[in-house]
Amino acid sequence: MINKLVLENLRHRPIRTLLSTVAIGVQVCMILTLVGLSRGFLQDQQRRARGIGADIFIQDSGASALSLSVGFPEKVIRFIEKQPHVTMATGALMQSTGALSMVTGLDLPEFQKMSGSFRFLHGRAYEQPDEVIVDDYYARQHNLHVGDRLMILNRPWRVSGIFEQGKMARVIIPLRTLQDLTQNNGKVTWIYVKLDSPDNTQKVIDYLKALPGMDRFRVLSVQDLVSQFSVQNIPMLEGFIGVVIGLGVVVGFLVVFLSMYTAVLERTREIGVLKALGASPGFVLSVVLRETSILAVLGAVTGILVTYGTKWLITTFAPGGLIQEIVPDWWAIAAGIALVGALLGAAWPGLKAARQDAIEALSYE
Amino acid sequence: MSETSILSVRDLRKVYRVGDVDVHALRGVDLEVARGEFLSVIGPSGSGKSTLFHILGGLTPPTSGSVSMDGRDLLAMSDRQRTDLRKRTVGFVFQKYNLLPTLSARDNIRIAQYIARHEGTDDPHFADVLKLLGIDKRLDHKPRAMSGGEQQRVAIARAIVNHPAILLADEPTGNLDTENSNAVLNLLRDLNKRLGQTILMITHNPEAAAFGHRVVTMRDGRMVHPAA
Repeated sequence: MINKLVLENLRHRPIRTLLSTVAIGVQVCMILTLVGLSRGFLQDQQRRARGIGADIFIQDSGASALSLSVGFPEKVIRFIEKQPHVTMATGALMQSTGALSMVTGLDLPEFQKMSGSFRFLHGRAYEQPDEVIVDDYYARQHNLHVGDRLMILNRPWRVSGIFEQGKMARVIIPLRTLQDLTQNNGKVTWIYVKLDSPDNTQKVIDYLKALPGMDRFRVLSVQDLVSQFSVQNIPMLEGFIGVVIGLGVVVGFLVVFLSMYTAVLERTREIGVLKALGASPGFVLSVVLRETSILAVLGAVTGILVTYGTKWLITTFAPGGLIQEIVPDWWAIAAGIALVGALLGAAWPGLKAARQDAIEALSYE
Repeated sequence: MSETSILSVRDLRKVYRVGDVDVHALRGVDLEVARGEFLSVIGPSGSGKSTLFHILGGLTPPTSGSVSMDGRDLLAMSDRQRTDLRKRTVGFVFQKYNLLPTLSARDNIRIAQYIARHEGTDDPHFADVLKLLGIDKRLDHKPRAMSGGEQQRVAIARAIVNHPAILLADEPTGNLDTENSNAVLNLLRDLNKRLGQTILMITHNPEAAAFGHRVVTMRDGRMVHPAA
């Protein structure tokens, strides 16, 4: 019966119920979208790292898996190539072109020897210094076709080919051109190493690390590299997620506080009636908290559904580099955060209702 | 308190504070109500009728005196015990009906049962009461779809559904026209006659008061014609 009373209360004020639900839904959606974007970005990085086909990755020791330190002389590649079990090595230069986007410079013939040919869906590999190849994801988002012009690093490039995503990078240009443009002649960001057998990976890593002068480099297996694509390794992301969750709790608190406060004021007389019927303060508080919990659950479901919408929006309209994953393992967490914020917001109005003097409430107009 | 008495009030006083002023709402009320009696309390505004109603209903504690209702001492009761009293021992009928607007008539009655933990009890006898009240066909309607008379009859059903020892009615016809007033008063008299329901009705209307077995008058916080 108490649940019926709660449901009827929610039905009685549909606009307030709708607005509260939407506001809580926005909070849940905000959390899930941010986590989904982080995870999408990281999983995309992992997938493309695996797509390189290298067994060992070498990077300057001052960098991380997600930062772009430049400082590798290319001659290190030739040195690595001479080591035992190494069948080939190649390098790549990466340059940031925006918040989450970058361009990669590759010696394409050499790289394809290591990882196999790019699978071109349209066009061909670049042959001229001002040509660029992009993956189908990037092409779709930017509505690019073979022959189109694309501005990167403040200069126009001609799209010569569109390749299947999942390999290395989204936007690739000739290594020498990128080195020239960024004044990094003879330098690379990463060295990729292919071995005679993946079984020798750890042995070669140990060997390379023991070589004189190699202490200034980080030598990683695929597993090591992939494990570095985590929220903790993206500068300030963990803190940012914390801030968004905090904001979510505050928004939920304020929305529900306002909603339930007005509801309690509006229902002062009804609260008096319930008390006259023998309802205890706990019963009255329970009505408010149950109503709040239902709003939080409805809001959480709304928020979860809206994340499918944000994913579609991002896929359709956002610039390249943004990928949102649906994160079911965070649904309960986000719903829990919404519930906590909502219950905190309902606590004071609920206590006010529970403590309401029955006689005053009954005379309330 | 005699053996047949259900309510015994002795030297009941209530003082409450408004700002810096002590207001003596009740100045020593004595009252005896027999089991099965229909008693009308009449008096002008400010005579203390409503304060007496609130104290007898356990909505506010008295300042001093003694009140024994169905063998229970109201003065010694804690808030929790007074809440319990409202669940089972007293039923309220208000001037403004005070039905919950979001619930149907049936659910307005059921919520009183639920709060008193009587929900689920199949009471065929109560179905007869609903017929007597003339609301058995209107139970699925919400208050806004009912006339004032119908709402007040639902309020009466809600007040007696838990078989209270005493039904307290505060100006039950105050918001009704003459026809509906007479209907409600006749129903109260029928309930008293057929079910033996003890009723204490507060009113300022002498014609309404005349429906009771006995009329007592209050003025300035005292019984002018106490009946014992």
